[in-house]
Amino acid sequence: MSTLSSRLFPMPFHSALLLVVWLMLNNTLSLGHIILGCVLGFLIPLLCEPLRVKQATIKKPLKAVSYVFVVLKDIIVANIEVALLVVGPMHKIQPGFIAVPLDLTGTLPITVLASTVTMTPGTVSADISTDQKWLYIHVLNMPKDEQEVIDLIKQRYEARVKEIFGC
Amino acid sequence: MSFIMELVISALLILGGIFVLVGSIGLLRLQDLYVRLHAPTKATTLGLGGVLIGSMLYVFASQGTISINELLITLFLVITAPVTAHILAKVAMHHRVKLLERTKNQALIERARMQQAPNASAEDIKD
Repeated sequence: MSTLSSRLFPMPFHSALLLVVWLMLNNTLSLGHIILGCVLGFLIPLLCEPLRVKQATIKKPLKAVSYVFVVLKDIIVANIEVALLVVGPMHKIQPGFIAVPLDLTGTLPITVLASTVTMTPGTVSADISTDQKWLYIHVLNMPKDEQEVIDLIKQRYEARVKEIFGC
Repeated sequence: MSFIMELVISALLILGGIFVLVGSIGLLRLQDLYVRLHAPTKATTLGLGGVLIGSMLYVFASQGTISINELLITLFLVITAPVTAHILAKVAMHHRVKLLERTKNQALIERARMQQAPNASAEDIKD
């Protein structure tokens, strides 16, 4: 029984997500679209299953929700900070590169961290070493002490991502 | 539509417009590619967010229905913006794009280009 249902729905979460996104895209709850969404949610995972690379799964959904809010708040702060820097005098900006050592493992957690780094105050992720142990970032306005930036990323974001994925 | 609703929607639109404008000014004023990356990735997300929330409120106030498309746009934007910035930075490093002379730790670019650890030995950096 369980093998049959897991064969029919290899990615149950993605099936549900596809249905929800389909309904959101069409902005409707009509029966026709629900049926169409169900068919899509059934067929697309079946086709995509063989292409899938095994990824870390979210172990603590509640932490993930609070993480989203932390990042949303930081995006707003980042916007205001960058806006002020952009309209201010250019010679005050001191850019620089930093290599951040990573404790995370797995491509999905690292991708989440790199994207967060890009969306948050003054940093853009630039590259990752092939052994996935270092994240290179560009800092818009480097403080005197580079360790500050590294500590902030590690404590504020990496620790949380680590908890969410349990890796 | 009540006056207060109109006021809130206008405020959101103007705020969003200001942030998008600042992002564009950033593109113009900032001096090298890496620094420029910061302006559009950040300033525009909040700017577009403001415009989209304004749009949701407008649909809600004028038609009484909740429009979800805007949420989806925000979601796609938040997913795609960092990826674009990452790829742009990566390409810039590969092409050895000129950067501001006062940029700190320029030596790291050579390591990052080859995707090596920052403490890799000098012989490893050959292409």
